[in-house]
Amino acid sequence: MKIREKVIERLILLCAAVSVAAVALITIFIFSSGGPVLAKYGVLRFIFGNDWSPTSGSYGILPLIVGTLGVTLGALVIGIPTGLGCAVFMAEMVKSRLAKLFRAAIELLAGIPSVVYGFFGLEIIVPAIRDYLLPMARKLDPDVPGSGFSVLAGAIVLAVMILPTIVSISENAIRAVPKEFHEASLALGADKRETIIKIILPAAKSGILSSIILAMGRAIGETMAVLMITGNMVKVPTSPLDPAATLTGTIAMEMSYAAPEHQNALFAIGIILFIMIIALNGIAQMVAKRFGGETA
Amino acid sequence: MRKTWKSKGYFCLIGLVAAVTLGTLILIIGFILIRGLPGITVEFLTEKPKMMGKEGGVFPVIIGTIYVTLISIVIATPIGVAAAVYFSEYAKKGVLMHVIRFFTEVLAGIPSIIFGLFGFAFFVVFLGMGWSVLSGGLTLSMMILPTLVRSTEESLKTVPMAYREGSLSLGATKWETVVKVVLPCCGPGVLTGLILGIGRAVGETAAVMLTVGGSLVLPVSPLDSARTMAVHLYTLASEGLSDEKTYATAALLIIIVLVINSLANYISGRLTKE
Repeated sequence: MKIREKVIERLILLCAAVSVAAVALITIFIFSSGGPVLAKYGVLRFIFGNDWSPTSGSYGILPLIVGTLGVTLGALVIGIPTGLGCAVFMAEMVKSRLAKLFRAAIELLAGIPSVVYGFFGLEIIVPAIRDYLLPMARKLDPDVPGSGFSVLAGAIVLAVMILPTIVSISENAIRAVPKEFHEASLALGADKRETIIKIILPAAKSGILSSIILAMGRAIGETMAVLMITGNMVKVPTSPLDPAATLTGTIAMEMSYAAPEHQNALFAIGIILFIMIIALNGIAQMVAKRFGGETA
Repeated sequence: MRKTWKSKGYFCLIGLVAAVTLGTLILIIGFILIRGLPGITVEFLTEKPKMMGKEGGVFPVIIGTIYVTLISIVIATPIGVAAAVYFSEYAKKGVLMHVIRFFTEVLAGIPSIIFGLFGFAFFVVFLGMGWSVLSGGLTLSMMILPTLVRSTEESLKTVPMAYREGSLSLGATKWETVVKVVLPCCGPGVLTGLILGIGRAVGETAAVMLTVGGSLVLPVSPLDSARTMAVHLYTLASEGLSDEKTYATAALLIIIVLVINSLANYISGRLTKE
């Protein structure tokens, strides 16, 4: 009987360790496939090279990095105020029943697959930019190029996709602020708006900050939606209306027809992406831990 | 007086933001359902696609989706539940625990395209499974594992300590207590995690594209290549083959995901009520 218990305990410890094994395997296989290209080509030349033409053996991913950062930044610029607005709305402005309904809606948003977002962007956002925004831009500067496939389109769709992350974590952080903060502020003569801006939001800043960092990780790692609407032009974008290619989109698109060395270069992009995401997640966890004690 | 006006403006703005968000959700779902629902007919659901999906239905694609999803949850569920049991019932605090937990968090944050690359390098090439339902199922099982662990663990935490003490004091061993007393109490939690995992598996595209391939032939053996709904939608949309079929596929995908999510909500809602 005793032995059986011991064996079972070991077995389920093994199951718990599967995630460690999974991460280890992923790391090993991504690095061993992409590493040689990085070593041979030079990490700095790979990251800061301006020319991505795999067929002629030129692997510079700067345009992809700029594309990814541009789309992500745009998504954050749109997504953060919107997300925070929704979080404040749910936590401070409405009764709990309505907040519950609203939360269900946000969860629905999180459940929609990214390829559906991409399709939506393709059918609505891209044509809207092409038919309305571009003609306006051309009135100012007749030479504005573009087809609607752009950094802006990617940023708009990504903003919607990262909303659930920002809203749910920020809302929890806002709700975790002690009621006394609220009451003390109101008792001192501040109105509700001042209380929210000057007391509640600063007190919830760690949660809000980590929600933003996690959202950023999601935006950088998102593939399908971005692939379908940014135009996949490997060139450093100079305006939000320019098309761009991203790290993830390039991997997904070129993987299907890449020759072996090209494939390894795509794995090398995977390494860069992997490091970016792990770093962001690490920072998010640190932020949550560091400030967590003070506020909650 | 000025202060109140400012406040009113501020709250109006926030209300507006919330309304716009809600509006966006309705726009996305409404737009795709309205344009896609007419295309979902019995023939669409039961026929084979013709001319690369330009005509005909999506029957093999539906089967492919179910096949891949089924494999992923069959593999992930026992491992996920066992891992959660270990975390909540057996683990002592220590370095090992910290490490395992940290890696589970890391696993949850890895983007799907990295899973796709890994699945391609490991399952498809290294283990020689080729583009197949099995490669995809295994890759997806790794992706949904953290969700399963988390939701099972949450519900294990809600089981009162007294249950465990009662069982142990009656002479049951720890494992018997876990299997016969603790786990039966958290069926809904496991189920919620499972359903969320299914939702993720059904909607996943990038990882599946690189591991399952895109064959439109009905998959029979787990080593056959297949195409899932999400990949089919991507292919149709990017190749612009047929608007009607693309919208119908998108609508079908949205309906499935909505049903799955409401189911998960309903079950976890009942759980919290109890």
